[in-house]
Amino acid sequence: MKRLVIDPVTRIEGHLRIEAEIQDNTIKSAYSSGTMVRGIEIILKGRDPREAWVFAQRICGVCTMVHALASIRAVEDALDIKVPKNASLIRKLMIGTLFVHDHVVHFYHLHALDWINPLQAIKADPVKASEFARSLSNYEKSTPSYFKEVQDRIRTQVERGQLGIFNKGYWNHPEYRLPPEVNLMVLAHYMDALNWQAQIVQVHTIFGGKNPHPNFAVGGMPSPIDLQSDTAINMEKLSRVKTLINQMLEFVERVYVPDLIAIASFYKDWFEKGEGIGNFLVLGEPEFDSYRDGKFFIPPTFIKNRDLKAYEDVDYSKVEEYVTHSWYKYTKGDHVGLHPFEGETVFNYTGPEPPYEQLKVEAKYSWLKSPRYKGLPAEVGPLARMLALYARNVHDARHILDSTLARLGLPIEAIFSTMGRTLSRGLETVIYAHAMKRWYDELLENIKSGDLKVFNSDKWDPSTWKREAKGLGLMEAPRGSLSHWVHISGGKIANYQAVVPTTWNASPRDAKGQLSPYEASLVGHKLANPTEPLEVLRTIHSFDPCLACAVHLYAEDGHTLSVQVL
Amino acid sequence: MFKNMESLYDLYKNKGYSRREFLRSIMLLSATLGFPPSMFPDVVKALESRPKPAVIWLEFQDCAGCTESFIKSTSILPADVLLDYISLEYHETLMAPSGFYAEESKKEAIEKHRGRYILVVEGSVSPKDRGVYCTIGGKSNAELLQEAAEGAGLIIAVGSCASWGGIPYAYPNPTGAVAVSKLLKGKEVVNIPGCPPIGDVIVSVIAGYTITGKPPELDSLGRPKAFYGQTIHDRCYRRPFYNAGRFAESFDDEKAKKGYCLYKLGCKGPMTRNACATIRWNGGLSFPIQSGHPCFGCSEPDFWDRGFVYTPLSVVEGGFGPKEALLSVTVGAALGAGAAYLNKKLRGGK
Repeated sequence: MKRLVIDPVTRIEGHLRIEAEIQDNTIKSAYSSGTMVRGIEIILKGRDPREAWVFAQRICGVCTMVHALASIRAVEDALDIKVPKNASLIRKLMIGTLFVHDHVVHFYHLHALDWINPLQAIKADPVKASEFARSLSNYEKSTPSYFKEVQDRIRTQVERGQLGIFNKGYWNHPEYRLPPEVNLMVLAHYMDALNWQAQIVQVHTIFGGKNPHPNFAVGGMPSPIDLQSDTAINMEKLSRVKTLINQMLEFVERVYVPDLIAIASFYKDWFEKGEGIGNFLVLGEPEFDSYRDGKFFIPPTFIKNRDLKAYEDVDYSKVEEYVTHSWYKYTKGDHVGLHPFEGETVFNYTGPEPPYEQLKVEAKYSWLKSPRYKGLPAEVGPLARMLALYARNVHDARHILDSTLARLGLPIEAIFSTMGRTLSRGLETVIYAHAMKRWYDELLENIKSGDLKVFNSDKWDPSTWKREAKGLGLMEAPRGSLSHWVHISGGKIANYQAVVPTTWNASPRDAKGQLSPYEASLVGHKLANPTEPLEVLRTIHSFDPCLACAVHLYAEDGHTLSVQVL
Repeated sequence: MFKNMESLYDLYKNKGYSRREFLRSIMLLSATLGFPPSMFPDVVKALESRPKPAVIWLEFQDCAGCTESFIKSTSILPADVLLDYISLEYHETLMAPSGFYAEESKKEAIEKHRGRYILVVEGSVSPKDRGVYCTIGGKSNAELLQEAAEGAGLIIAVGSCASWGGIPYAYPNPTGAVAVSKLLKGKEVVNIPGCPPIGDVIVSVIAGYTITGKPPELDSLGRPKAFYGQTIHDRCYRRPFYNAGRFAESFDDEKAKKGYCLYKLGCKGPMTRNACATIRWNGGLSFPIQSGHPCFGCSEPDFWDRGFVYTPLSVVEGGFGPKEALLSVTVGAALGAGAAYLNKKLRGGK
């Protein structure tokens, strides 16, 4: 057995380390470790719940806003605040924008270089690249001169010997199998997407003042609606939002999805590996902020052992976190699982002293905890969501998935894989992009009916709050199910916990030694050249890791704080 | 070595731009950086002749929000920044290789461009307990910072975490996080604070170094004066309402709809030095106050511990005029600092 260490894993958010035991270049076992911690939940302790979102938002700047919104929903749940319809719809438009932005950026800027080889693009015939691109979609930029310009730009970088971000990629690796023209086409769209993404986040800027890290408010949204005012949300701004939604939909349908299917068609063997656990979890995206009314845009669903027919509803009391292999300790011992409302955290670093070569994987080896549902590891994210929608047949998911797989000549089982995960991300982007058009129309209709309210001030004053209150904020984030759990006591935060998508997917082993989705998905991967672990990156990137989100720690539960904050 | 490296003007020529177009983009850049017109010929000369600078971008205790903002510049488009303006030699979120090859990229860039490369650091640094709260490639973040800083031509701390310690540094600072400048005593660090800073500001400071070969003019806290010389309040379009004593009382009230000043909702604009009110965000479209939310001072040192986000700087009651307003701001700032101190004391004493 040889030990393979990949650290840093790049083209992700945050600090991820993968260690694997390999024999004959095949991965026999793998270990996933988060190597950075900040302690934002401890920092939240004792603060005012109305400002918790500002702190929580800083958990992550890539999936910017998901932690803000989950935090706000948790506080609104605890304090029983009804959110005005306009505010819910504006939040949904911001969520939709985030999904489209995040998934496109993931595909081109974090994942594409696992499949395309920019150096091969230089050898392409721009005329043929144009013909190929036009056979996929009617994207207006697909002209020979456009591809020639991109090619010249890349050639310039190569000739100058300053490849920048493309430097030292595994460009001689035999696993790069695309024709030069496809490499050129996707590379051109890599650059298009880079400029496009800077534009479309303006939906966040209009409603939230900026991106990254737009603003929100507990009880609604801070941006008032007044069609007569030039400073509030008015028709001009709403029209701009509509234009931006159209731009998103166009890029997704004419560039992203065609590129995705083109790449998938050249790498069909990647529909046969990298699945992982076979359990899939969706905690749910509420239709209108609160989960309590039972209405969901993405319904809470648990699928066990790939059995789509026997899908289950979700019981939120069955979520637990373990620290058996994490650098924390529990007062009841490290073998037990704790529900987030009973969660506790004390640092307990027992790893090697830096600089180190290898982690002690038989003991504790990560700053991530291990969330489990009904004691089982489960994958969250686009694949889990597409399966949930498919199982329940909502949003036309069966047709979307079946017809896409049919185009590739693949059965439904192919979706349980590395490429299946990547494909699911693209397909749900289409679902979200179309939903945004609906949400926009609903918002406009509601405003035109005379309802301008965006903020509910009834419970702003802390004297209206119960002394003890607990709340759960749910949000399907681009990377999977996110849940924030808040305990408010005496007007201040007594305990705050976030159980986040990458923690579900990238956690270390639990008390029973069960592997997490990352760890399980890598087993069996055969590496052409272990010093260039491209195969590992493909599968890990298919999950879209976000480690800043995943690594956090919990405040110790128990005592009530009686701190007066001025 | 510079012979086979192209200047920005060469790149423009190769892309088919005319000299006129090249000059226009330089004018825009100069204006953003606040260069006087007399400097314009020097700027043109610099960009025509100097090679692209190598940039090494390190992420420590960060959320990648500054990186996301960096790729959202609009005065120079992100693809042009990455391909034409700089050579990004190391950036974990964007670079192709992982693991060993990634570390090799960094090592080579440090050697090859020693004394000239720009080091950008995102996130705070945690030297506590031998650095176990943030390691990359098995090495402590503090050690990685020292390694990269030694041969840098310019060191930029991007964002409030790298500039001041930021959210990891907020009470009770569980990981012993510190600002980049605290660990690089004796070295000049350019701080570009903000949570995150405006993308165009980050790009402009980097491009400015390419032009002048020198760091920008800094204030006493290491911030470029061109972008942090004035407060949000100084340049806020709602300032006339402040002067007239017209304030929104709550989100979504009639006064908020009319765009009245957000002072009573806790706006920290009067004590926050940043360019949000002038450059604005994402193509100059808006900024927090314009979208109805008070500024909470995210670019100021220790803003996380300056008390509740929505507490006004001071209580404003009736009879309000410009003179009284200014006085109350001064008092308010003192109150804010006092509140932060008290918060720490109270929380610490639990």
